Amino acid sequence: MEFDTIAAISTPMGEGAIAIVRLSGDQAFEIADRLFRGVGGKRLKDVASHTIHYGHIMDPKTGQIAEEVMVSAMKGPKTFTKEDVIEINCHGGLVSVNRVLQLLLNNGARLAEPGEFTKRAFLNGRIDLSQAEAVMDLIRAKTDRAMNMALGQMEGRLSKLIQKLRQEILEILAHVEVNIDYPEYDDVEEMTHHMLMEKASYVKKEIEKLLQTSQQGKILREGLSTVIVGRPNVGKSSLLNSLVHENKAIVTDIPGTTRDVIEEYVNVRGVPLRLVDTAGIRETEDIVERIGVEKSRQVLKEADLILLVLNYSDELTSEDENIFKAVEGMDVIVIVNKTDLDQKIDMSRVRELSKHHKLVTTSLLEDQGVDDLEEAIASLFFAGSIEAGDMTYVSNTRHIALLNQAQNAIDEAMQGVEMGTPIDIVQIDLTRTWELLGEIIGDSVHESLIDQLFSQFCLGK
Amino acid sequence: MTYEAGSYDVIVVGAGHAGVEAGLASARLGAKTLMITINLDMVAFMPCNPSVGGPAKGIVVREIDALGGEMGKNIDKTHIQMRMLNTGKGPAVRALRAQADKFTYQHEMKKTLENEPNLTLIQGMVERLIVEDGECRGVVTQTGAVYHSKAVVITTGTFLRGEIILGELKYSSGPNNQQPSIKLSEHLQELGFDLVRFKTGTPPRVNSHSIDYSKTEIQPGDDVPRAFSYETTKYITDQLPCWLTYTNEETHTLIDNNLHRSPMYSGMIKGTGPRYCPSIEDKVVRFNDKPRHQIFLEPEGRNTQEVYVQGLSTSLPEDVQQKILRTIPGLENVQMMRAGYAIEYDSIVPTQLWPTLETKKVKNLYTAGQINGTSGYEEAAGQGLMAGMNAGLKSLDKEEVILSRSDAYIGVLIDDLVTKGTNEPYRLLTSRAEYRLLLRHDNADLRLTELGRKVGLISEERYEKFLLKKQAIEEEKARLQGIIIKPSSDVQEMIKSQGGSELKDGIRASDLLKRPEMTYEHIQQVVPAESTLDEDVTEQVEIQIKYEGYIEKSLQQVERLKKMENKKIPENIDYDDINGLASEARQKLKEVRPLSLAQASRISGVNPADISILLVYLEQGRIARVSAE
Ligand SMILES: Cc1cc2nc3c(=O)[nH]c(=O)nc-3n(C[C@H](O)[C@H](O)[C@H](O)COP(=O)(O)OP(=O)(O)OC[C@H]3O[C@@H](n4cnc5c(N)ncnc54)[C@H](O)[C@@H]3O)c2cc1C
Ligand SMILES: Nc1nc2c(ncn2[C@@H]2O[C@H](COP(=O)(O)OP(=O)(O)OP(=O)(O)O)[C@@H](O)[C@H]2O)c(=O)[nH]1
Ligand SMILES: [Mg+2]
Repeated sequence: MEFDTIAAISTPMGEGAIAIVRLSGDQAFEIADRLFRGVGGKRLKDVASHTIHYGHIMDPKTGQIAEEVMVSAMKGPKTFTKEDVIEINCHGGLVSVNRVLQLLLNNGARLAEPGEFTKRAFLNGRIDLSQAEAVMDLIRAKTDRAMNMALGQMEGRLSKLIQKLRQEILEILAHVEVNIDYPEYDDVEEMTHHMLMEKASYVKKEIEKLLQTSQQGKILREGLSTVIVGRPNVGKSSLLNSLVHENKAIVTDIPGTTRDVIEEYVNVRGVPLRLVDTAGIRETEDIVERIGVEKSRQVLKEADLILLVLNYSDELTSEDENIFKAVEGMDVIVIVNKTDLDQKIDMSRVRELSKHHKLVTTSLLEDQGVDDLEEAIASLFFAGSIEAGDMTYVSNTRHIALLNQAQNAIDEAMQGVEMGTPIDIVQIDLTRTWELLGEIIGDSVHESLIDQLFSQFCLGK
Repeated sequence: MTYEAGSYDVIVVGAGHAGVEAGLASARLGAKTLMITINLDMVAFMPCNPSVGGPAKGIVVREIDALGGEMGKNIDKTHIQMRMLNTGKGPAVRALRAQADKFTYQHEMKKTLENEPNLTLIQGMVERLIVEDGECRGVVTQTGAVYHSKAVVITTGTFLRGEIILGELKYSSGPNNQQPSIKLSEHLQELGFDLVRFKTGTPPRVNSHSIDYSKTEIQPGDDVPRAFSYETTKYITDQLPCWLTYTNEETHTLIDNNLHRSPMYSGMIKGTGPRYCPSIEDKVVRFNDKPRHQIFLEPEGRNTQEVYVQGLSTSLPEDVQQKILRTIPGLENVQMMRAGYAIEYDSIVPTQLWPTLETKKVKNLYTAGQINGTSGYEEAAGQGLMAGMNAGLKSLDKEEVILSRSDAYIGVLIDDLVTKGTNEPYRLLTSRAEYRLLLRHDNADLRLTELGRKVGLISEERYEKFLLKKQAIEEEKARLQGIIIKPSSDVQEMIKSQGGSELKDGIRASDLLKRPEMTYEHIQQVVPAESTLDEDVTEQVEIQIKYEGYIEKSLQQVERLKKMENKKIPENIDYDDINGLASEARQKLKEVRPLSLAQASRISGVNPADISILLVYLEQGRIARVSAE
């Protein structure tokens, strides 16, 4: 077969907790067998096609069981891509599919590009000619979305760290290159194995740190950034407590209780959230509260999901309307709370304001409507507006996979140094490290090494 | 007035380093070839440093030789010194460099051209091309001679609208005060070619008698005989040394104080110069914290007192150059014979070329050398060889040749030029090659002799020798892979003497060789071959075994890319017809018109999604064709 083996979380992930990792290509069975421990030592390559098997996914490095899974084994050509396909069904929600995906990527699979399964289906003749146009559109659309997400990440801390590390590697590379291309240039000492080892260990440590910080990435480590906003006293802190199932935030009947931003991590039906409770937004004279309000507005801008709380037993105010304006264009769930009290709110106006949002009503005091809310959160994430969350998540997977590869490359460089391999050959692995890091931030231009060479050293005739 | 002057298969315009290779390749593979050059006394002239080879460039010379070119043989006959560089490093970056006797280099090359049966060498200034129906069919010279041909190769170097700049002085000229080529440049523009203005420069030459060498360090050649060509059997043994000295604070102050007289800073020079050949004034300004810069004194030949002052390229006024020289240890009383200068010239934007070096605008017209935006003799010669080869092949209705990036540095060079273009004079560097472990100095023949043979540039005799060598390598590798070395006391002794750790058990000879401290010689001591093998055979055996793992890794990378290389893009593809392409990618693709998906993927601004879309589009076309049949 013509292509390498690719893996990805297959979307849309069903609601509820089961998610699927799909693997396609001529090594699909082989790779899956490296991880899969079936009942009675069963190997997937031996099972009948189009059958399902219960077992566990194990990390071959540590020998530890990672997940309990159901695996569908399907031999080509009767599959979506016409290639051999393995589908791994995981129970533990996003965290666990991600772990399985990472293991596959570390064991020979490559992360699928946007639209790649469909592309293969087409190239292998599974999809007919008239749909080629649609395939191209799909690739375009998915890629643009992924690009936007990647660009979003570019501005982040991670990308700054990567850029810094790359620059440091580039200087080492330039140093080695100048020794090669200008052997008589005496202004720079000859790079020795000892020096290179020191530098490589530093690079390795930095990559490890990066891996730790982005291990499971923004979403999985920190959760989908979800901000609760609303006027004072509408029940924001109560909402936080009820999603967390614990009394984390102080709840009083005094408006303006929450002065600062409070964060909590919570898993809502498999969707990891970093829940942020804010100071109620209102004009205020109180300095401490005002700082809190300012922060709330700040946090708002960076949110992935907004939970906008209104008070059922109070009239809509201009402050409420302002909050609606502030969250325009974002993913928002509007929560009308305190339905146990008498209605004063104008619901038709609320509906109008919530045209583009999901709307739920709750009584947090009586524990009513919380289910609806959780449902709304999960469905927003998994189905309809899957992109935001899913893509961040996927590009995370991508960069973790790349970081892992970069780590392997630097390991190989260090082994080379230990073996006394000539430095210009060790350089191959070092360059690879640099390129992999570049792929994370979408920048692998070879020319920059040459730029570096001539800006760092004074060369010429 | 014009007159009919003859007709040929191929005409090569120019007899610089590109031109001579082009002419010889074309003639040798059977095309009746004419070479026209402005001045017959300046064939294969070196306007700058009298040296050939060095990192990357030296490997190009070996590649040229493996493909039946002349540069390697010619420098083997005419050098004054030869050195292997980077011997302390890995095999991939070793490279030969020779100091040339630049005058005998020219004479030898001219002799070779004159004696080539299928080649006619004449003096003349080409002013126009004959272009009909989008095809080039010949050239017209200044004197009205009309020559017809099936293909034309232009290799006019730095002559196109050349202008020399020396201090406040600027005048129209080719390098070294030769006649510039003005009409041809205008004509190329009329034909619709995009031209850019580049710049380069050269240092002053001084009289050897006036140098106090006692204040400099000697730089001798290697004491082992060396050669570029696989066919060379006679080695030059009496070598001349070069000498090393340095600039100092005084030099730099002097330059600083005269910067206002530098055409670089007064704005007189507009062309883009190469970063890797900065002038001394550039170096002093950009790296002003450096207390000194290296200066190498290189003899220009055996029968001349002229010495090339490497490191002092400059376009400062003559009087300032004189003073600068005299601040340098050893040069206190030096007599400057020629001043350094800068030269500006036109070159064509190389993305206008196919990877065969044929222009996209005009069929059967090829360009090679500095006209394509490169700099350097070896870069010129490599392109000249390929352009001449392809023009010759095409004129004989044979299939043209494209070297890939994993075949040769020449492949890297040409692919970079036609795929990415260049915004400064392009020089090869080892870091431009992603497979440099495969593109070694030592294996150029293994990589390219087959091809050279196929196109008809390698003699039967040489090919036979090559096959024997190849066989010897394979046999010796197999032998070492087959023998187990037992931990006898002799063996342990030998290993210990090299600082290695003793064997615990028997080990394959090839595995022992993989240890860093072991060489082929050591293995040979304990398990001698039946007959002694040539050094170039044992060298291959050692390298191929020792670096097997890394070589294998590179080969796998190449293999992966092959699939994309093999996906050809038809010449008549209409990129406007493909909806999903990003607009930048579409525009770049239309400009470069890549021949394969792999080439497309190397264009900056074309990203993986565009490649996927292109692939789907191509497949759609293919499927549609198949089902129509
Ligand atoms: C001042 C100077 C400094 C340089 N410095 C360096 C350096 O430091 N390092 C380096 O690597 N390279 C340097 N070079 C470049 C190097 O010399 C060239 O890259 C190399 O010589 C180019 O080879 P070529 O065959 O393309 O052109 P050239 O060697 O220039 O040959 C051009 C040939 O074309 C002929 N010609 C031109 N126009 C016509 C016409 N209309 N009709 C007929 N014949 C024509 C000429 O007579 C000549 O034979 C320098 C060049 C110059 C001039
Ligand atoms: N009746 C009723 N009271 C509620 C409900 N939810 C919250 N409350 C009460 O409303 C008051 C304010 O609740 P909080 O959760 O502190 O409100 P908040 O929005 O965080 O207020 P600030 O932090 O002051 O901005 C408390 O007394 C809660 O007990 C509800 O559904 N019904
Ligand atoms: Mg609160």
